[in-house]
Amino acid sequence: MSSQHGGLHLKTIVFLLLMVVFGPLGDVFLGKGMRELGELNSWAPADLLHFFSRAFTSGTVWLGIVLLIAFFVCYTLLLSWADFSFVQPASSFAYVIVALLGHYFLGEVVSVTRWFGIALICLGVLFVGHTPHSTTEPS
Amino acid sequence: MSIDPALIRKVVLFFLVVCASTAGELCISRAMKSIGEVKDFRPLALLRTIWSAMQVGVLWVGLALMTVAFFSMLMLLSMENVSFVVPATALSYAAGAYGSRIFLGERVAHLRWAGVVLVCIGVALVWQGKG
Repeated sequence: MSSQHGGLHLKTIVFLLLMVVFGPLGDVFLGKGMRELGELNSWAPADLLHFFSRAFTSGTVWLGIVLLIAFFVCYTLLLSWADFSFVQPASSFAYVIVALLGHYFLGEVVSVTRWFGIALICLGVLFVGHTPHSTTEPS
Repeated sequence: MSIDPALIRKVVLFFLVVCASTAGELCISRAMKSIGEVKDFRPLALLRTIWSAMQVGVLWVGLALMTVAFFSMLMLLSMENVSFVVPATALSYAAGAYGSRIFLGERVAHLRWAGVVLVCIGVALVWQGKG
């Protein structure tokens, strides 16, 4: 069923909002947790093992993972009634939220060029989403 | 002239995130298409669908690739700002359009290619604005 028919259903709006909150928050917590660990300077197997074992003992990283799982559940449920061509462009707004959270929550410097780039990415995803969702013959 | 090893590591990880996540999604998409459209959403029917999907080898390849992408993303996030990493991975839309044409035989509309070009320019600007 298309979500564009008969206006936006309240359930669709709620799940979209949950998606654009959970996804970026998950990314930001994951980013915060990983930055706290510090940069990995060696790709030797022992160093990689040590690095990831430290990552998976970080509460911030786990909070990020749980939020990303919540995002994925909302995304999958939303796709069970809303069109992919509607969900994909709508969820691209998450790129803006990630940059805003990165700037205000993590104190990252986001240049004007990067904001312009993010706006172009959102516009591009809008175009990508407004194309036929199925172009192959059903088997 | 020597290239900074840290930059090489970042480019390799970025490449892994974009390519492994796109290839993973394509594999999972191919596996799900091979089991047919899901029409029954009752819990037992969904469990049967998941069981059927688990019998398809390419699904496991997809999951392995998604795991590689996730761990690469974690490593990249330890090196770079999240406001750079997440928008830059939108390049997977370009890899997805190309991959779905080559591996899934889908026809990619002109408008979608236009969108892919915009995403690529956007990612280039995000990269440019990193400094």
